[in-house]
Amino acid sequence: MPELYESTAAELSTLLASGQTSAKEIMAAYLSRIEQVDGNVRAFNSYDHDDALRQADASDTRRREERAMGPLDGIPVALKDVIAVKDQPLTASSKMLKDFVSPYDSHVTELLKRQGAVLFGRLNLDEFAMGSSTENSGFQRTCNPWDLERIPGGSSGGSAAAIAACEAPLTLGSDTGGSIRQPAALCGVVGMKPTYGLVSRYGLIAFASSLDQIGPFAQTVEDAAILLQGIVGHDRRDSTSIKMAVPDYRAALKTDKKWRLGVPKEYFGEGLDAEVRAAVEAAIKTYEGLGHEIVEVSLPTTDLAVPVYYILAPAEASSNLSRYDGIRYGHRSSNAADAIDVYYKSRAEGFGPEVKRRIILGSYVLSSGYYDAYYLKAQKARTIIRNDFNSAFEQCDALLTPTAPTAAFKAGEKTNDPLSMYLSDIFTINVNLAGLPGVSVPCGFTSTGLPIGLQIIGKAFEEAEMLAIAHAYEQQHDWGKQRPSL
Amino acid sequence: MAHTEIDIDKVARLARLDLSDEEKRTYSAQLGQVLEHMDKLNALDLDGVEPTAHSFPLSNVLDEDEEQPGFTVEEALRNAPKARDNQVVVPKVVE
Repeated sequence: MPELYESTAAELSTLLASGQTSAKEIMAAYLSRIEQVDGNVRAFNSYDHDDALRQADASDTRRREERAMGPLDGIPVALKDVIAVKDQPLTASSKMLKDFVSPYDSHVTELLKRQGAVLFGRLNLDEFAMGSSTENSGFQRTCNPWDLERIPGGSSGGSAAAIAACEAPLTLGSDTGGSIRQPAALCGVVGMKPTYGLVSRYGLIAFASSLDQIGPFAQTVEDAAILLQGIVGHDRRDSTSIKMAVPDYRAALKTDKKWRLGVPKEYFGEGLDAEVRAAVEAAIKTYEGLGHEIVEVSLPTTDLAVPVYYILAPAEASSNLSRYDGIRYGHRSSNAADAIDVYYKSRAEGFGPEVKRRIILGSYVLSSGYYDAYYLKAQKARTIIRNDFNSAFEQCDALLTPTAPTAAFKAGEKTNDPLSMYLSDIFTINVNLAGLPGVSVPCGFTSTGLPIGLQIIGKAFEEAEMLAIAHAYEQQHDWGKQRPSL
Repeated sequence: MAHTEIDIDKVARLARLDLSDEEKRTYSAQLGQVLEHMDKLNALDLDGVEPTAHSFPLSNVLDEDEEQPGFTVEEALRNAPKARDNQVVVPKVVE
């Protein structure tokens, strides 16, 4: 019989509803699993053992009194350490916020608390979500559970690794240029970025505000749908939050609809690893075999992703991160000569190398004399990228692409070459620039046993359809059910 | 567009960031390389294209002017590097 910690959230939910287990038993199983494997994986920055069990206990009480609050009641959910939970640490994996304790809840944690989820751990990331390998964390390097010498992807590396290592049934991450989908692919789990505006950013530490979205990680598409359902909804505190009727994502998975699926040829060109290509092409064949129509489409602006993103995102970041000045919260230097020097030294001591690099880049492209040449030009190119997707979606319901050009690379391989690190996001970035939803599902392994991800890109606010497409593929294979030995 | 060395001191000043000499050398070189990659944008015909700031532009998102719960003084000061008498303590700003 499988261990409790290997179960999906849907299975745990069923066990809880039928009284075959308790939330406390579930939480205890994950806590002992974490104790057993996290010394190697290092997905968690911190977790509060006693508080987790207290929350689970409260869930069990509710259930006994027949006040259980839905499928998430009693289910452990761990969060990327950029999502605020009142009275829990909130570090962004940065020395700048090493001792910061959140005085408030984010919108998504408010919603999850109302549904009884057990919010129990803080997951590692690239500092301030800037990176593709989680090596930029100011605290520790998270390891890929499939090969500890390799990176888990990033920036939500902890959120992906925790699912792959069965340290939590559900986790949340954030995705600005691929930070959910790329680590999901590299760790062999499901990771999904919602349409921009579907999930409130209130209480998410800002990286690039016009691109950031919070989204779920899980073992299965069904679990991702359950967690997505729990975090969507309008929020007056995020002015980009959309008011719309929310569909039942889980119910929408079961359909015998036939889709037209677009394959953009630009995603299969130079730079794509041969084994990744073969796995993704096999996945496309699977859809064909199921009777869905495959059409070739063109997204000619694909190679603009990196230049546009690495102008707009650092520009927004340099502005967002100006708040870390050492005055009201965060690290304050004790070596400053005067008040102004507090800014210079606190920021120099508090931020790590990649964050500084992006602040410099962002400040440069926004500075007088360069604004038109870089920032304005990139914003215009963003319009062209959006139009490109709009034209492609006139011919199909969703797009099928690789999530990342290669499987997980070795730690240290790209740390001294920022540009090559940036290029590991070429297939995910444009989805953020166009504001679209995307999901990565496992679609195979390399010859050396590393997971490969298939990315499905949906139309704006058509998450229900996109997840149904992902679910249809998932039912044909057991890639996602395989677990690394730890 | 060929890149002259970026004025790293000016940019560091704009960003209020102290950089060591070694950091200045490293970042200048790496950013030169990244900026070269961005020259791809110069090949685009962007005449008459409107810039996109947000993927789904919403305008005039207004809210009722109602009182909402906020932080207590203790909560607001909980993460302050230094606080005294319900206030954040900072180095002397005026002589």
